[in-house]
Amino acid sequence: MSNIGLLIDAPILLVQLIIDGLLIGAVFALAAYGMALVWGVMKIINICQGEFVMLGGYVAVLLSEAGYSPFIGVPLAAVILFILGWLLYKTIIFRIVDHDLFISILATFGLLIILQQLMNQVFGSDVRIADSGLGTWFAFGGLVTISQVKVVAFILAIVLAGGLVYFLKSSRIGQAIRATAQNARAARVLGINTDHVYAVTYGLNAAICGACGALVAMAYTIHPYIGLPYTVRSFMIVVVAGLGNIVGVILAGLGLGAAENVAGFVLGAEYQLAFVFSLLVIVLVVRNWRLARKREYLK
Amino acid sequence: MSDKTANFVIFSALVALGLVAPFLFPAYMAQMTELWLFIVLALTWDLLGGKMGYNSFGNVVFLGIGVYATAVIQVALLYDVGAYNAARGGGTEFVFSAGDYLRGLALGLSASAILAALAAIVIGIFVLGMRGQYFAICTLGLGIAAGEIAGGWDWIGAGSGMTVPQPPADFPSGRLFYYLSLALAVITFVALTWVMSTRFGLAINAIRDDEDKAEAMGHYTTRIKVTAWAISALFLGMAGGIYGNLKRFIDPVDVAFAAPTIGVWMVLMAILGGKGTIIGPIVGAIIFQFTKEFFWTYLLGWQRVALGVLIVVIVVFFPQGIVGYIRDRRAARLIREKRA
Repeated sequence: MSNIGLLIDAPILLVQLIIDGLLIGAVFALAAYGMALVWGVMKIINICQGEFVMLGGYVAVLLSEAGYSPFIGVPLAAVILFILGWLLYKTIIFRIVDHDLFISILATFGLLIILQQLMNQVFGSDVRIADSGLGTWFAFGGLVTISQVKVVAFILAIVLAGGLVYFLKSSRIGQAIRATAQNARAARVLGINTDHVYAVTYGLNAAICGACGALVAMAYTIHPYIGLPYTVRSFMIVVVAGLGNIVGVILAGLGLGAAENVAGFVLGAEYQLAFVFSLLVIVLVVRNWRLARKREYLK
Repeated sequence: MSDKTANFVIFSALVALGLVAPFLFPAYMAQMTELWLFIVLALTWDLLGGKMGYNSFGNVVFLGIGVYATAVIQVALLYDVGAYNAARGGGTEFVFSAGDYLRGLALGLSASAILAALAAIVIGIFVLGMRGQYFAICTLGLGIAAGEIAGGWDWIGAGSGMTVPQPPADFPSGRLFYYLSLALAVITFVALTWVMSTRFGLAINAIRDDEDKAEAMGHYTTRIKVTAWAISALFLGMAGGIYGNLKRFIDPVDVAFAAPTIGVWMVLMAILGGKGTIIGPIVGAIIFQFTKEFFWTYLLGWQRVALGVLIVVIVVFFPQGIVGYIRDRRAARLIREKRA
C-alpha cells in the first residue's frame, strides 16, 4: 500500500502504468472477442481459451529461438492454432455443443489441463520470451518509457480485431456464422451446414487466440501456466461488455488492462492475479445484483 | 432385495472393510485416508452440484479455510503463529506434546467446521443468487482468488507455505487420521442422507428441477441454497483440517486452495459415480482414487496429462456416471417388461 504515496508524489508513474495497461488491454480485448464469438455462436464457454494464447506464444518463442523474426509467428500461430481448433472441434467439441453449459465448462477445463501439462512436460515451466529486437521510445523527458514492441502488438491487435469484424460482415462463411448465432435452427433450415460453421468458428477463435499469444510472447512473457488468467480476463470482458458488443469489448479490454496494471503496482505484484480473480467475482456479483432488481437472472 | 436393503448392505460392508483395512494393508494407509476424505469431498459437492443443480468449482475454498484454520489453531494454542511461520515451524523451540497435539487438533477441527460454514453463509449470500454458468465461473474465480490471497499473506506463511505441527515421535498419527477421516466420511454420508430425507431435501431437489417454480411455491430459495452450502462447508472444513495434517505441509495453491486440481477432482468424482444419486459419489471417489494412484505410480511425469484426458473422456462420453448408467438401464428394462 505504500506505493500509493509513490503515485501521489510522482503522478507521471501513473501515466506510465496506464499506458502499459492500455497497450496490453488490446490483446485482452482480442482474446475476449474470440470467446464472445464461440459463446455467442456455439453457446459454449471455452475455458481453454487461455491455453490457445499460451500455445500461440510458444510458436513465436520457438521461431525466435530458431533465429527467425517472431513477427512471422503471428500469422503462423494463427494458422497452426486454426488447424488445432478445427481438430479439437471434430474430435471433442462437437459432442458437447448441444449439452448444457456446465458440461462444456468441465470438458474444456479438461482440455486446459491436458494442454497446460503437455506444454509443461515438453518445454518446462520456465518463463520464455520471444525477442523482437525492437527498442524503446522515451516520452516526457525520459520519465515514461514506451516499448516499441508493445505499441506494435497494440496496433496489430486492433488491426486483427478490425479484420475479423470485416470478415464476419462480408465473407460468405462470416455471414453464415452470424446467421447461426442468431438462430441455429433457422440457419439449418435455410441450408447452412451448422456443423461446418461451428468448426470454422472454433478454429477461428483458436486462431485469434494464437495470434494474441504470439503478441504476448513478444511484448510480455509466457509460461505454461498463463492460460487460466487469460480465460478469466476474456470471460470478465465479455460479461461486462455483453455478447456481440465489439466496441464494448475493446473498451472493457483496455480498461481491464489499465486497472490491472495500476492495481498490480499499488497492491504489489504478488497480488496482481488475486486482483484479476477477485475482480471477476466482484463483476459477477454486481451484475447479478443489478439483474436481480429487474428479475432477469436467466438472460 | 430392495434398493434400500441393498444400499445398507453395501454401506455396512464398506464401513467394516474400512475398519479393518489399516491392519490388512498398512502400507497404503495414507492413500486410504485420502480416499475417505475424497468421499467426503464428493458427497458434499454432490449436495449442491447433483441434488440442487448448482455446479460449484469453489468448494475448495472451504477445504482451504479448514486446512489453514486447523493448522493455525493447533499452533496458536501454544506459540505465536507469526513467529512459528517465520521460523518455518522448524527448530527445537516448537514442540508439541501428545496431549497438546490432540487438544489442538480437536479444537482446530471444530473451529474450522464453524469457520467454513460461516464463510459459506457470507459468500453464499452474494454468490448463490447467480445461475448456471455464472455461478460455476464465479466460484472458480473464488477458489483461485482465495489461493492467491493466501499466497500473499505473511502471517500464515505466504507463498512458501506452512508446516503443520509435528506430533511426538511415537505418536500413531497415521492411524489417528485414518480413523478420523473414516468417521467423518460415515458421519457425512449419514447426515447428508438424512438431510435429503427431510422436507428441506425435497426443497433442494425442487430448486434443481425448477428454481422459479420452487420460489413461486413459497420457498425462500436463496435461504435454502445458502443453508445447503453451509452444510457442505461444515464437513468440508473438517475434511480440510484432516487433509492439511495428512499432507504435513500446506502450500497455499497446491494443497489448501487447489482449485485446478482438488476443486475439479471433486466434481469429477461425483460425475464419475453419477451425480444426484445416493451412493454415486462414493463409487466415483473410490474409482477415482484408484485411477489417480495408478497414474501417479505408472505414468509419473505424465500423470496430470493423463488425468486431463480422463476428465475429457468422462465428461464427454459418460456424463451420467456409473450409478446413473445402471439406473437408466434398469428403467429402460422396466419399460420394456411393462410393454411385453
